[in-house]
Amino acid sequence: MKDFQFLFSAWIAVWAVFFVYEVTVARRLSKLRGEIDRLKQQLREG
Amino acid sequence: MKSRIIGSAFAAALIIFAGYAALYIAPVDMRQGQIYRIFFFHLAAWVSTFTALTIVFVSNISYLATRRQRWDSLGVAAAEVGVACCTIGLITGPLWAKPVWGIWWTWDARLTTTFLMWLLYVSYLMLRGLMEDPRRRATLSAVFGIFAFLDVPLVYMSNRLFPTQHPQPVFFGGPNSGVDPTMAKVIVLCMIAVLVIMIPVLIDRYKVEGMRAEVEELRQEVELRTSQPAGTHLDAPARTVNVKEVL
Repeated sequence: MKDFQFLFSAWIAVWAVFFVYEVTVARRLSKLRGEIDRLKQQLREG
Repeated sequence: MKSRIIGSAFAAALIIFAGYAALYIAPVDMRQGQIYRIFFFHLAAWVSTFTALTIVFVSNISYLATRRQRWDSLGVAAAEVGVACCTIGLITGPLWAKPVWGIWWTWDARLTTTFLMWLLYVSYLMLRGLMEDPRRRATLSAVFGIFAFLDVPLVYMSNRLFPTQHPQPVFFGGPNSGVDPTMAKVIVLCMIAVLVIMIPVLIDRYKVEGMRAEVEELRQEVELRTSQPAGTHLDAPARTVNVKEVL
């Protein structure tokens, strides 16, 4: 039974690291897209 | 957008099937029982790590040879993916070691060189944050990246050269190495599954670098416009970063 706890923990760790990393990359992309749109708007108005 | 959705659905299906195969299709190990199933994604994470770090090495050399910013962007993107995969390997390793060896960690050759590799590539990423000039940053990190890669073949060879706590290689390890054919198929499936999910992340991370350069260029343009008196036109704004070159 204890083996299954380690096995389960390892699987959770794999997906947690992958998911957290994927989310941070997606957030960076979205933030930069927003920043590009804002700066382009500023240039158009400007 | 449609191809992205199809790609994501395919990756999800592949991952689910690989997970099912690792847990239910692969036979139970005679010595370790069920706990050995960590191996399928532990090894897949290391294969992705070595693939990503090889991309970093090739990008670093290519940058120094051509001075094209796109190589620097690819290098940093692959380094970050490599560190993420290496982190997965370093977490799953101790979780497997504790029930099998009775200890979480030991400073044997394989584990020590692997931890050193993780530290080197984390340093590579941190080093970049300390420099603002894009060309200087790219050159210094390329040199550091080539130096860091020296540890990668050392990690691969460590348990062959210094056999201590970590098991001997399962593949390409001589006459006593090898696994059950079903296990081998599941391992290949898990490797492909992890690579299939890591490649889109690498592409997205590469895009981040291109967009950062674009933001930098636009900011400079905005600054130039705001610093000019009203009514004057800018013929040729100074640009230090070429976005087209980055992407």
